[in-house]
Amino acid sequence: MAKGFDIRRQTGFTTIALSCFVVLYLPIILLVVYSFNAGDSIAFWEGFSWRWYQSAWANEQVQDATIRSVVIATWAMVISTICAVLAALATTRQGKYRGSGFVFALINQPLMVPEIVTAVALLIFFAMIKVATGYTGLFYLILAHSAFCIPFAYMPIRARLQGMDLSLEQAAMDLYASPWRVFRRVTLPQLWPGILAGAMLAFVISLDDVVITEFVKSAGQDTLPTYMLGQIRRVVTPEVNAISTALLAISVVMVLAFFFLSRSRK
Amino acid sequence: MIEIDRVTKIFTGRGAPFKALDDVSVTIRENEFFTLLGPSGCGKTTLLRVIAGFEAPTKGQVTLEGKDLVALPPHKRPVNTVFQSYALFPHMTVAQNIGFGLEMQDRPKAEVKKTVDEMLDLVRMTEMADRKTSEISGGQQQRVALARALAPRPRVLLLDEPLSALDFKLRKDMQIELKRLQSETGITFIFVTHDQEEALTMSDRIAVMNAGEIRQIGGPRDIYDHPAERFVADFIGDTNFLTVDLEAVEGEGATVRFASGEALQVRAPESGATTGKVTLAIRPEHASLTAPEGAVLRGVLENIVYFGTDTHYHITLDAGDRFVLREQNQPDQTQARSIGDAVGVHVPVSVGQVLRD
Ligand SMILES: Nc1ncnc2c1ncn2[C@@H]1O[C@H](COP(=O)(O)OP(=O)(O)OP(=O)(O)O)[C@@H](O)[C@H]1O
Ligand SMILES: [Mg+2]
Repeated sequence: MAKGFDIRRQTGFTTIALSCFVVLYLPIILLVVYSFNAGDSIAFWEGFSWRWYQSAWANEQVQDATIRSVVIATWAMVISTICAVLAALATTRQGKYRGSGFVFALINQPLMVPEIVTAVALLIFFAMIKVATGYTGLFYLILAHSAFCIPFAYMPIRARLQGMDLSLEQAAMDLYASPWRVFRRVTLPQLWPGILAGAMLAFVISLDDVVITEFVKSAGQDTLPTYMLGQIRRVVTPEVNAISTALLAISVVMVLAFFFLSRSRK
Repeated sequence: MIEIDRVTKIFTGRGAPFKALDDVSVTIRENEFFTLLGPSGCGKTTLLRVIAGFEAPTKGQVTLEGKDLVALPPHKRPVNTVFQSYALFPHMTVAQNIGFGLEMQDRPKAEVKKTVDEMLDLVRMTEMADRKTSEISGGQQQRVALARALAPRPRVLLLDEPLSALDFKLRKDMQIELKRLQSETGITFIFVTHDQEEALTMSDRIAVMNAGEIRQIGGPRDIYDHPAERFVADFIGDTNFLTVDLEAVEGEGATVRFASGEALQVRAPESGATTGKVTLAIRPEHASLTAPEGAVLRGVLENIVYFGTDTHYHITLDAGDRFVLREQNQPDQTQARSIGDAVGVHVPVSVGQVLRD
């Protein structure tokens, strides 16, 4: 880079950048540090211990919520990824047609509509179904999570499809492969990194959701985030820190895997 | 035999509709090496894609041995393509790429393996059978693309500028190899290029295209010696264009009169010859220098350019036109002419070609 405009040379740039990093990461560092606090406080350091991890591990409500979270996230991941693959194929493997922009907006609707609106709408909608059918199981949460995870799964898959050489699929067709075999033998193997990335994103997004879960869940259907929210309203102990740190660890692992998957096999 | 009958392709995109193929008709014979030659954007790839089935013609028919092809999807056509970009499958090895077509035809495993081995041998890639396609050179990729398209023994092989990415030496080798393959396999080759020399050396017949239309079809000699119109004469080789008076047409021959007053026997266009002002094409190497007296064309030598194998003489004719003439050099020849000399141009009988329109 020659002279020209260099944002790094503007006055105050370093200060602003630094304060952004501090605001972003300092609380997280403190959260992680205090999860190892030997005392009961989330503000006074009393020495190192695994105590809160042990207590969270032994807490039946936490176990219960964790299992529920993982079950919902797994289902949401599978359903939303399948939908996303189909949607991505439909929006990239067909020529531009009338209303294709509209379809794109429709798929990404959960990103644009305020979450609280979706949450209230789902609450009312599911309430009607609950009254009509009497079913109050986990299915409502799985369905809701699947819906708002679709755009997150869709993005990396679509990006991968768009970057893919169309002539590969044509070459396969040219060599006597039926449409299904073209997909199985050529499109899918190349799409895998995108699918894995999309699935992981969907899993993390589902695991993390509070607003929609809070509105849609029936009594006794706490997920890990809603359980923590409930706890914080009462007494705050470093147990919440411990759970958060565990969630953070999972997310970091997922993001790293996402990063390496999308980089390799390019 | 593949018959393309009045095929028109109009692309309708965001902008104005675009006519990429305009009423194209051509019949390609069994086991023919047929070349589509033309400038960039003239519709060569589009015509191949119509034959392969990736584009539906807006109007017209494509038949193979009398059977309609247009109704068949690409995977049901006995036609294989060597893509301009190779389009090798990056997640498969060289051998898997070559075997793909056979596998999709559900041939027995043993047969697939046998044919793949033969193909590897044919394109001299046996040692690289288990490499990923990203781990071989551009020329090797090109050979794999060729083997992959040949392996299922299609009736027709479409080749879209398959040699354009190769260096000169490899290109020459592959040209010979392609010709050998074509005669050994009995497959019909439809070959696209915008390299006129490649077209002339390899083809049985050439179709010269411009702006979505076929302007002339013929053997390499036909096209070179007797271009039908200015575009073809200009696109293939160098040509002198002279305006002359067409006085009479007798069958294939015609009599023209130059501005110098001299008359000459030349070739008439195949159709639509009308007397009056016409354009005459003469190749630089078909004419020779003579004394001005009695020559059909007279002028002044403007420039002499030595090229090793031959020498180019640039002449300004008395009528004002420019004329370039080419003579083969002999060993240790001394240049007898010099710039500024008055010279004559001798044109043998039946060598000049009167162009259409
Ligand atoms: N899908 C399409 N939509 C609109 N126009 C197209 C499309 N495909 C090709 N064209 C146009 O049709 C014309 C012919 O294209 P084509 O690819 O057949 O040219 P070509 O003769 O193969 O040229 P080149 O030698 O550069 O490969 C071009 O002007 C191109 O812009
Ligand atoms: Mg082309």
